[in-house]
Parts: sequence; C-alpha cells; structure tokens
Amino acid sequence: MKAKDLLLAELKSEIKEVTPREALTLQSRGAALVDVREADEIAQGSPSGALHLGRGFLELKIEEAVPDYARSIVLMCNGGMRSLFAAENLKRMGYSHLHSMIGGFSRWKAEGLPFEVPTRMDTNLRERYARHLVMPEVGEAGQIKLLNSRVLLIGAGGLGSPAALYLAAAGVGTLGLVDYDAVDRSNLQRQILHTDARVGTSKVASARQTLEALNPSLKVKSFETRLESGNVEEIFKDFEVVVDGSDNFQTRYLVNDACVKLGIPNVHGSVYRFEGQATVFWPRYPKRRGPCYRCLYPEPTPAELAPSCVDAGVLGVLPGVIGLLQAVETIKILLGIGDLLVGRLICYDALRARFTELELAPNPNCAYCGERAQFPGYIDYEKFCADAAT
Amino acid sequence: MPTVTVRIPTPLRSYTDGADELRAQGTTVTEVLRALGAAHDGLLPRVLGPEGEPRQFVNIYLGSSNVRVLGGMGTRVKDGDIISIIPAVAGGAHESERPAPRRT
Repeated sequence: MKAKDLLLAELKSEIKEVTPREALTLQSRGAALVDVREADEIAQGSPSGALHLGRGFLELKIEEAVPDYARSIVLMCNGGMRSLFAAENLKRMGYSHLHSMIGGFSRWKAEGLPFEVPTRMDTNLRERYARHLVMPEVGEAGQIKLLNSRVLLIGAGGLGSPAALYLAAAGVGTLGLVDYDAVDRSNLQRQILHTDARVGTSKVASARQTLEALNPSLKVKSFETRLESGNVEEIFKDFEVVVDGSDNFQTRYLVNDACVKLGIPNVHGSVYRFEGQATVFWPRYPKRRGPCYRCLYPEPTPAELAPSCVDAGVLGVLPGVIGLLQAVETIKILLGIGDLLVGRLICYDALRARFTELELAPNPNCAYCGERAQFPGYIDYEKFCADAAT
Repeated sequence: MPTVTVRIPTPLRSYTDGADELRAQGTTVTEVLRALGAAHDGLLPRVLGPEGEPRQFVNIYLGSSNVRVLGGMGTRVKDGDIISIIPAVAGGAHESERPAPRRT
C-alpha cells in the first residue's frame, strides 16, 4: 500500500464523510460548504453558495471566511480525496465540526444537485474594472456581484440620467428603465443621457443608445410605459433595487407601496430649484428598521402648496448631485458594504453649499410597513393625489 | 426667550420674501412657528393643521430629529436651535416641462 493510501485510510477514520445530498442538507442548516479545488476547476461549475477557497490559500483565508471554529464545515473537491487532506489541516487549526464530501463535485453534479458556473472576468472586463478590482471592498467577487445585478430606474430624466450613466459604467449588469416620455429640448439642460439630435424620440430608446455606447456588455430592459398599479409588480419583480427619479406624487406613492410589498430597497431622490434630498426607503434593511415613504408623508402635498416646476425650475446640475448620491447608495446595497441612508435624509442646499442630515423615524403604526401591517393593496393614486389638492 | 433659526424650504419662500432662514423667538416649537406666522402671512396654514399639528405632508425637525419623536410641537427649544420645515417634494425627472400628469 502506498503511503498516500495509508494516510487517506487514516484520515477517513478521523474525518466524517458525507454524501453530496447530506452535504446539501448540512449547508441548508447553516454549514459552510467549502470548495477547495483550483480556480480553473471551479470555473467549470461549483455548488450554489459554496465558498471558493482553493487548497493553496485555504489555511490563510479560512478564518476570514468562517470565523467561528465551531461552525459545521463541509469540504469538497472533485473526487473526495483532496477534501480529506484539507479537513485534516483545518482540524489542526481548531475547527471542530468537519466533514468531507464523498465523490466531490463529480458526484454532486451527477446527482443533479444545484450548481452555478461562476461569472468569469476576461481580460477585457479586468481592464475595464481595474480600479474596482484593486479595492478590497469591491474586488473580483464584488465586481461579479455588480455584473450579475439588476437595477430598475424610474424615469430616464434629471435624476435617472446621472444615476444610469454611473451604474452602467460601474458594471451593473442589467438596468431597467421606465419612462413613457419623449426627449424635449428643455430636458437637455440636465438630462445628460439624451442629445440634441434625439429631441422628439423616445427617452428609453435614447437612454439605451447612450448607455450601450458607454458599456456594450450592459443589458438594458426598456419599459416605455406609465407605471401603474396594474403593471408595477410585473415590472418590479425581476429587480433587486429600485431608483426612484420620478416627478410626481402618484408615482412616488406607487413605487413606495410596491417596494414595501416586494421588500425591494427604494433609493429615493428629489430636486427643487437649488435644493435636493436623498434617502433609502427600505423597512427590511437588516441593520436597522427604517421608514417607508408613507411613514414620512402619509398624504401628498396639495397642488397649491407644490407649485409645478414649470414655475419653479431646477438648477440643471442639481439632479446630477442627487442622482449620483442615489447611484452610490445603489452600489452599496448591491455590494452589501458601508452604512446606507436608511432612516437618514440628506438635504443639499446648493446655494449655501450645505449638506444637512436629518433622522427619519419609522412609524410603527404605518399602514404599509408597520409591525402589524397587512398590505392594504394598491389604491387609486390619481384620486389620492387629486383629493389632496382640494 | 430663546432665539431660534427656522429654515424655510424653497416652496414656502414666497411667504418669506424669498428668505431661506428666519430667526424667531419662543420657548417651544409651536411658539417659534407662531411668532414666525405672525410676521409672515400665509406661511403657517401651509405648515400646521387646524389643531396646530404639522400637516401630513410636512415634517418639522428640531436639530436632526423629527419633533414627532421628541415631545411633539410642545418640545422646548433653546437659544441657537435650528428648526427645519421639510415638505414632501416630488420633483425629479422632467417636472419642469409639465405639471403633474393627468391620465385619461
């Protein structure tokens, strides 16, 4: 018997072996499934949710990935031998609940268990996102998250333009755009997605042209329609984050209600002359309970108190500032980094060059997001806002 | 009596001759706003309801906290405090081109 086989026999007596199905069950109960194969093997596919820690760096990286020495760990390779060696080393490091998966990924795949082929970053993508890849907060894993993420922008206008441009540049894989309007020459003072030559054409088509020129691998999903109770869920269901750059209260309330119901973060921005506001409405934010739009404003502003921007105007640069705050928050949500503007409102006064932060408290009795709230259903938003005007 | 700065949001500046900040005296949030209302016709009804509470589309902050989570409109103020009136603002994409849309 070769020394290798003797060692393996010894390890098998020390390390508990589990079948791929048992491994899947352990994983669903909180165990870490650690794929110790080489990067080129993992590129062919790896179990869903597995941690990718090649044997070469396993001991160096495992404590960061699995800080709890008592957490159950299932190690896996391609056939079930390398994982035994790996388990032996983790045991020596103090991990107490170790398993090795019999048959490795070959058997996992043969048994039809769920796996994913990880997104690979080719040279082109590595070059494009080089300044992200060197940042530990983004890195390759973060960039791949962005490439696989889906963000919906309500409005391809003043706020949507800068947000969409930077999200596309950052590598967000899919951008949805909802807008039924056509480009007007008076839009061009701030809506930088559009061009003079495209005045009179559809905004979503114009936006798509600009965004695809900036980043050809971007997928743009166009919704050239008014957002309404009847289509809101169908449009929202495939997206992880909604960026609200709409221009009227009907849409603001509808976006809020749908986001609360579906649990989607609503990245909110609004502008008026020289002033802008940004926040994130996300009652289900894991770090703390924040409000929804209705907690703050149970009723819309009556028309006589909200003069339209036809009279008021807006400084063209201002939605750039606010739309980019929305883009930054969106990227943070997608990457799961930093502290979000949940429960915090940033107010920007351009004339005084002053940012003010206000605390936004949730309303525990809110009919939409309150503790005991049952979703009341979509309402007639037109009537709701018209009634406020009287 | 404490002197407090009140920040006026853009939509309400037509009632304050364009001023974005005003100073007023009072010992509570209500008193300060009433003092302001006495000097600026039409301002108060846009901010407070008939019972003197902030209207549903307006939030009033003392410092960085909503008066609703403090002691309400009776919250005491001190010299140098800042009160901000923050109304809901819809503006965004392309509001300047038309008023709120009417669906047919």
